[in-house]
Amino acid sequence: MSILRSLAHRDRVFDFLVPAASPVDVRHGPILYLEDVTVSFDGFKAINNLNLTIDDGELRCIIGPNGAGKTTMMDIITGKTRPDTGSVWFGSRHDLLSMNEPEIASLGIGRKFQKPTVFEALTVFENLELAMAADKRILPTLTARMTGEIRDRIEEVLVAIGLTEMRGRPAGILSHGQKQWLEIGMLLMQRPRLLLVDEPVAGMTEQEMERTAELLTGLAGKQSVVVVEHDMGFVRSIARKVTVLHQGSVLAEGSMDQVASDPRVVEVYLGAEAEEETV
Amino acid sequence: MDSSRLWLLRPFGERSTLIFLGVLLAAMTLVTLLHVAVPPGHPLYVSAYTVNLFGKYLSYALLAVAVDLVWGYLGILSLGHGAFFALGGYAMGMYLMRQIGDRGVYGHPVLPDFMVFLNWDSLPWYWLGFDMAWFAFLMVLLVPGALALVFGFLAFRSRVTGVYLSIITQALTFALMLAFFRNEMGFGGNNGLTDFREILGFNLRSSDTRLGLFLATGVALALSYVLCRAIVTSKLGRVCVATRDAEARTRFLGYRVERFQLFVFVVSAMLAGLAGALYVPQVGIINPSEFSPLFSIEIVLWVALGGRATLYGAVIGAILVNYAKTVFTGAMPDAWLFALGGLFVLVTVFLPKGVAGLLALRLRRRRNGNGSPSVKEAAA
Repeated sequence: MSILRSLAHRDRVFDFLVPAASPVDVRHGPILYLEDVTVSFDGFKAINNLNLTIDDGELRCIIGPNGAGKTTMMDIITGKTRPDTGSVWFGSRHDLLSMNEPEIASLGIGRKFQKPTVFEALTVFENLELAMAADKRILPTLTARMTGEIRDRIEEVLVAIGLTEMRGRPAGILSHGQKQWLEIGMLLMQRPRLLLVDEPVAGMTEQEMERTAELLTGLAGKQSVVVVEHDMGFVRSIARKVTVLHQGSVLAEGSMDQVASDPRVVEVYLGAEAEEETV
Repeated sequence: MDSSRLWLLRPFGERSTLIFLGVLLAAMTLVTLLHVAVPPGHPLYVSAYTVNLFGKYLSYALLAVAVDLVWGYLGILSLGHGAFFALGGYAMGMYLMRQIGDRGVYGHPVLPDFMVFLNWDSLPWYWLGFDMAWFAFLMVLLVPGALALVFGFLAFRSRVTGVYLSIITQALTFALMLAFFRNEMGFGGNNGLTDFREILGFNLRSSDTRLGLFLATGVALALSYVLCRAIVTSKLGRVCVATRDAEARTRFLGYRVERFQLFVFVVSAMLAGLAGALYVPQVGIINPSEFSPLFSIEIVLWVALGGRATLYGAVIGAILVNYAKTVFTGAMPDAWLFALGGLFVLVTVFLPKGVAGLLALRLRRRRNGNGSPSVKEAAA
């Protein structure tokens, strides 16, 4: 009887009724939290005792010389690489180390790779349509209809990435910069909480860089954005807070000016850059 | 796009589909009229033999549509679709064999002639049920579908694509050919199944039945075309194109790519089986040569010549090449393969998008009006 009574409790929430992907809990501040993470490949420590905290809505730039572990860090967050030790949390509820890639992606972590890959034969509009968070099984996809709501959402993202006029054109004819924006748009269609952006301005012209800076700073606040970038001018133009990675751990963190005046940073990274600039 | 609520009806809102259906319907009506209403001997008379020939072309066209669905939109170059075509054909052949009843050469009430000849005393279990039309017609779809399901499941799950998949499909059809050549398989071995008499009670040798089969093939082609258009214009169709061009990226967006590939592959195999089932009563025989790897490659040539990823291009290609084949093999039997090879080279070099690409180009020029008006128009 007591079992029946307990079943009858109306305030009881059964485990199987709780959706698996519960919303991200950011009441305690950070949306992403890496603690004492270490990864080694064949004895080489790509990431060494890395501690990193990203706040909700923040725009963070991560810089560092080649081999500093930037890409490996992204791989760990997205579930592509498993660390040897340490913990990675998304909000205060989700342990990312216990999840696989699709699960992490469906939690709302979107990643943009260095080389833009868009579907060239499809139009810009269709590229965004496919990227949208939706039921992606076969039959729902076969019978999916274009509703006003979906159309509005796509239009909204088209405006954000500045490709409204190109909506009906095949993505294959876009310029390199436009493809990068389209790819960012495809990430936005999934309504991510956290965007990981890998070298967004590589190969871009000055104007395209400016436009990208506007786009990324515009996204921050609604989403948290982590940008890994080599181009110091670009980082200076968007960053509020910069993290410098060196040999797999954080060397310095702070505003661009603070970081740039840090003697250790100057030695390992900016120094080399400054020399190049003076030459 | 919004207007049609049901995804299956969406193609009826497209101009290209309406034009295709219109042309097909007009051609079917014309052939029927010229066959029925024109007296034999008149220069416009279409003989039962020609009607039969057109019916065969239409079944090939349906097969080409099936291949274009997987090759054009999904990027899977199947060099083994002849296997699904032949399996559908065998399912139909088994039904037609059972319809012969005791009128075979040996007069056995149940067993087909070749089984009596092999001294078999009872029907193998897999022949049971094929005396019933509904069962046989169901098997026409299910047997090729089941083979595609198992084969596709193993191939796509292991992420076998590209050239490797093409080679495996070749091996599949080759293995089936060798198997069906064996008498012990119970499908008539080398000779296959033939000497058919009736389908659904209609005499296969009468010209009316031939006309009926021609029209049935035309209707099957029209319906399959609409089904394929509905698939490729749906969001699923766009996922297919995305998979074709950037498979890893599509997977990263959260689509289970291997399931989409499997779904479309099975649909395509079923359509190929349907084509085979319509082909067999019109040519009167099915034997293991339909499994030959060369035939499967030829199908791909039809699609390439007609224009890939358009569907109607596949239809044009299948009909053109097979018409040319009929003419050539009649006039110069030895030259046919050279002609086919030459045609393929010419189209690859000068018309990379096939005949359909040429049509689309002309249409666009005319619509934009920037190309010089053609001589005909100027004269008119």
